[in-house]
Amino acid sequence: MASTVMIDKAAPTRNPAYGSMSRDRAWALKWSYFFLTLFAIFSLVPPLYMLITSLKSSAEISAATNPWWVFHPTLSNYVGLLTSNQFLTFFRNSVLVSIFVVTITMLISVPAAFALSRMRFWGSATLATGVFLTYLIPDTLLFLPLFKMFAVFGDWTGIQLINRWYVLVVVYPTLTVPFCTWIMIGYFASIPKELDEAAIIDGASWLQTLTRIFIPVALPGIIAATIFAFTVSWAQFLYPLVFTTSTDQLVLPVGIITSLVKGDVFNWGQIMTGALLGAAPPLIIYAFLMDYYIAGLTAGATKG
Amino acid sequence: MVDVAFQPNSVLETRVVRKRASLRTALKRKSTAAFLMTLPLILLVTILVIYPAFYSLHLATLNKSMQRFVGFGNFEFLFKRETFWLVVKQSCIFAITAVVFKALIGFIVAHFVHNVPAKGQRKWRGMLLVPWVIPPAMSTLAWLWLFDPSYSAFNYTLSFFHVGPIAWTGDAYWARFSVILVNIWFGAPFFMILYLASLKSVPEQLYEAAAIDGANWWQRIWYVTLPMMRNIIAITLLFSLIVTFANFDIVRILTAGGPLDHTHIFATWAFRVGIEGGDIPLGASVSLFMFPILAIAAVFILRDINQRGNEA
Repeated sequence: MASTVMIDKAAPTRNPAYGSMSRDRAWALKWSYFFLTLFAIFSLVPPLYMLITSLKSSAEISAATNPWWVFHPTLSNYVGLLTSNQFLTFFRNSVLVSIFVVTITMLISVPAAFALSRMRFWGSATLATGVFLTYLIPDTLLFLPLFKMFAVFGDWTGIQLINRWYVLVVVYPTLTVPFCTWIMIGYFASIPKELDEAAIIDGASWLQTLTRIFIPVALPGIIAATIFAFTVSWAQFLYPLVFTTSTDQLVLPVGIITSLVKGDVFNWGQIMTGALLGAAPPLIIYAFLMDYYIAGLTAGATKG
Repeated sequence: MVDVAFQPNSVLETRVVRKRASLRTALKRKSTAAFLMTLPLILLVTILVIYPAFYSLHLATLNKSMQRFVGFGNFEFLFKRETFWLVVKQSCIFAITAVVFKALIGFIVAHFVHNVPAKGQRKWRGMLLVPWVIPPAMSTLAWLWLFDPSYSAFNYTLSFFHVGPIAWTGDAYWARFSVILVNIWFGAPFFMILYLASLKSVPEQLYEAAAIDGANWWQRIWYVTLPMMRNIIAITLLFSLIVTFANFDIVRILTAGGPLDHTHIFATWAFRVGIEGGDIPLGASVSLFMFPILAIAAVFILRDINQRGNEA
């Protein structure tokens, strides 16, 4: 009590200023929450609408009821999709492609990033920049020449790549490897030199320095890169649309769009269920590993 | 005299020999190993990125059956077509509008997230990043269903305000609006996350100093925040401009270029011409028009990287 009175007496003119400042803060906070709620609604409406629609029967979808609410929830769409061989094939193809692509990506990009960040050799700096620039060449520029290349390759060698799911394992690394290498270079460069010097003094070979020192220390970076590679290979749409056509070779995004739309009839309940199931793996990974996800996102851009 | 002349020579010689030997062992140990470790990367990039990029230059000079060299024939043909100029115009409108709004919204939302107490920031950030996590092909389907003219949500909601029904994907102008809206929805979180990270790295003292000097909120943003974030803003804008210019998924799924080609952008039109129309050379020529923007961006980014190299 005494101290507050003291302050009041000591600085009577300052109190109103403080008051207005904290009032400003409170206002700013209130507005922040208000707009954040608006933006969160904007962000979450499509996924929530997927969920709502996926719980409806097709009769309810075509009835003139409130589309924002489920009156007779049903799991028939989920049961229908998860027991359909076609959908399970799409899912299997997607999983296979993603696993292979992630493995190949890490096998190529981790050693390359190690070499580029620690073992300087002729042209290594140019190569590192070049890797980053190739990341900027979009898939939409390359799909036509690649299509023609694979067709010619098939004619020459008899190895058919067009319309096989594994063609995606061949092309997806072009999307994932440059970026993963780039962020791994950043992570490796942040490891203190003393660490690998100590390892070399102890008689470790380059390979041992990589596996015993660099990979364990840069594990967060490796996880971030893995998540990135998975997300990209799971979400890619253009390449599978161009390179695969028969239904047993399709991956999820293309499969849902080409097989669930029959003619002009959109079976929205099933489409939304499929879309939600297709979005689920990245969402689940994101929910559990959000910090790694964000680390990868920021590392790629800020180190560029 | 002769001896004296010889001695330094021999010293030099042994030194050179020693240097060569050490060079050889170094090559054997380090550089060779390093080269072998990067070899898969070099091969991948050369065969599947650089070669196709040049191959598309070659393809663009062939006729439809790809047997005859036509030089700039494909480009001359394109320049005479009205649809091509429509696509050019739409690509520019699409990319510029979407990028500007993504950056603006990202910037504003980043400030709001930065404003709330640190404890709650994680939760908000988590919710706001969801659009970026969902594969765009999947979320665009949800948008297509939201835009559905007769059964669906937006027109139903608007009917309470006696607005509409709006042909979201059927009318040329609304279709452009929808495509850009979905792109903003998908891309704004990316800006938000990066701007938030860079907002947090602006030292608090700068704002205190500005406050003491009597700066209002606008002056604080203009003289403190923006200069501190200049680099990240430039790089995200470039990045996003490239990605948005080359966008395919959203337009393809939402409108497939329709109505009457009024939402086609380079990528979707190249697909229509090259794959669906079976004219690969013409499609390749269309997609080559994405190259100039790429080259400009590459120059800027290279300059940035070099500058940072000099600072370090």
